[in-house]
Amino acid sequence: MTSASAARIDTSALADGEWHRLHPATPLLRGGIALVAIGGIIVANLRDRIFELLLHYEESDPLDLLIDRGWLIPALLIALAVIAVVVAGFFLAWRMHRFRVTDEIVEVRSGIVFRTHRKARLDRVQGVNIVRPFLPRLVGAARLQISVAGDASGVTLDYLSSSAADRLRRDVLTLASGARRESVADHEPSPQGSVLEQRMSELLAPELDPNEAEPESVVHLSLGRLIGSMALRDTTLIAAVVVAVGLPWIIVTDSWFALVAVVPGFIGLVSYTANRFLRSLRYSIAGTSNGIRIGFGLLSTTNETLPPGRIHAVEVSQPLLWRTTGWWEVKITRASQSRVQSAGSQSNTTVLPVGDRGDVRRVLGLLLPSVSNALLDEMVSDGMLGRGSSDDGYTTSPRSARVLRPFSWRRNGLRLADDLLFLRRGRIWRSVVALPLARMQSISVGQGPLYRSMGLAELHAQTVAGSISTRIGALAADAVQREFTAIARAAENAGGHDRSHRWGEATSAVGELS
Amino acid sequence: MSARFDLPDIEWRRVSPKQVGVELVGSAIWVLLCVAGAIVALVFEIWPVAAVVGAVAVISAISAALIPRRVRSYGYAMRDDDLLFRRGLLFQRFVAVPYGRMQLVDINRGPIARMLGLADLKLVTAAATTGVAIPGLTEADAGELRDRLVELAETRRVGL
Repeated sequence: MTSASAARIDTSALADGEWHRLHPATPLLRGGIALVAIGGIIVANLRDRIFELLLHYEESDPLDLLIDRGWLIPALLIALAVIAVVVAGFFLAWRMHRFRVTDEIVEVRSGIVFRTHRKARLDRVQGVNIVRPFLPRLVGAARLQISVAGDASGVTLDYLSSSAADRLRRDVLTLASGARRESVADHEPSPQGSVLEQRMSELLAPELDPNEAEPESVVHLSLGRLIGSMALRDTTLIAAVVVAVGLPWIIVTDSWFALVAVVPGFIGLVSYTANRFLRSLRYSIAGTSNGIRIGFGLLSTTNETLPPGRIHAVEVSQPLLWRTTGWWEVKITRASQSRVQSAGSQSNTTVLPVGDRGDVRRVLGLLLPSVSNALLDEMVSDGMLGRGSSDDGYTTSPRSARVLRPFSWRRNGLRLADDLLFLRRGRIWRSVVALPLARMQSISVGQGPLYRSMGLAELHAQTVAGSISTRIGALAADAVQREFTAIARAAENAGGHDRSHRWGEATSAVGELS
Repeated sequence: MSARFDLPDIEWRRVSPKQVGVELVGSAIWVLLCVAGAIVALVFEIWPVAAVVGAVAVISAISAALIPRRVRSYGYAMRDDDLLFRRGLLFQRFVAVPYGRMQLVDINRGPIARMLGLADLKLVTAAATTGVAIPGLTEADAGELRDRLVELAETRRVGL
């Protein structure tokens, strides 16, 4: 940290710490088009009705009416004034909506009457998404979302030009990494060809910045597998059973009123499945220097970047029927609760919608980059597939816990290794959770009357809120006591030496030395 | 095999015995409310309500009898790297919070606790489920503990 000001060599025009405005087409893209269209439809449909109502005048053509009464000029003036006010409003809103990116923060000001002013600290950035809904995508615009720890929405910049969004993402991630600005050179590709060609190439390219992304996704999700995975989910199975049993029953007993109870749930399930399906189309996942990049979407695309050191828990799990095909799914917990809106509302917890063993292994390699390959291999072989042998390092439930875990007691267990805590659960619905101890918030042990009478205890590792359960029950009390102490100590150690959330600092420091 | 779960070699610091008073007053108010409700229900001859409210009153009274033991079960210990907290008789819970994970430390004082010179200290981490709230500290202890914890958290802060 010699002289931060001297190192202020610029990354790109948008992240220079000055205030900037969004893409000029923003008001139109944000709903202007819809507004105009809806207004037009309303006017076209209600025109005659309104005139009749207001003037009790039977003549059909309002223009004639206006001319007859000599109201043409005032009417036109009023119409012009309304349009002018609306346009001016949009223009002002666009002018007032400004953002800046400095070394530490990203800041957005917006609003004409009710002003909002939002600041987000860059070192708390949990992810950077680029969303390209279909219409903005056609005109080469994109929405940039910077999610921060905790609160819902983070900072959203809609819309920016596609290439600007890509550059800004790179800059935000670089600044978030703790690296100095100088270490990034501006590789702005000069636009080639006509505007139309440029649009076409942008539209077709899944990932715009060739300097940033490794071109190869580590997982290729075929359409067949995607459809298969949807069909073999537990929920689909239950729905199928309900239909197979319920429909004949309804017909036989002639109790059609029962449909009222079932149909809403069914519609919900269908839309949920369709949503999942759509957002898994053209799925890709790749590692970049600034974290993992996950892309999906066919017409509206979303591109999410997860910086390193932001993952609080990873769960690999297997719905019952996926066992026949050997498929697994990978979910994560992270500190931002934000949901990516529109573009197939991705609930950003699923990182791998479906994949076989190899896919899971490669994705784990991206998610937990600091973990040794051998350990990840063991996570797959012992954690996911293992039946619980005595020599795999897991502390499992004692035989006496058989009553509580009739099938899974051999598997049910935990393992502490290499700054990671593994929780292995389930024999029929198998899952394994990996918790980076540096991110774990606290650890607790619980024992109720039932567990006390059986000499058991429960262990719960607290992480930020997420969909992954981090409890493991039915373990021997004395083993839990040992592990509790060991985990608490390991968590403090891991927290002390973990620098992965400022992943750029290390490389900067090396550069300084040389 | 009915050994209570415990951690070895920990010197637990217990909370002030006056905390019994705070909790007793709280549950006495609750019991009285329930009894009053039950009587009203009896007067109006709404039997099911009377039965339920009466049962709640009896259960509350029984659990109030356990308050002295429950207060004795609260304990905390400051280890080198983390704060340990324990509570519960029937459902025991032990929590370890590494100092670096603390986001903020709250001190709350209810009306009765204030009269007795007590305060609750609540520890907040990024996880909502951590749930460490040490009741019944004397005000001096609470302030001192808060300052120590904030200082330790400051030097060991980890990223999110």
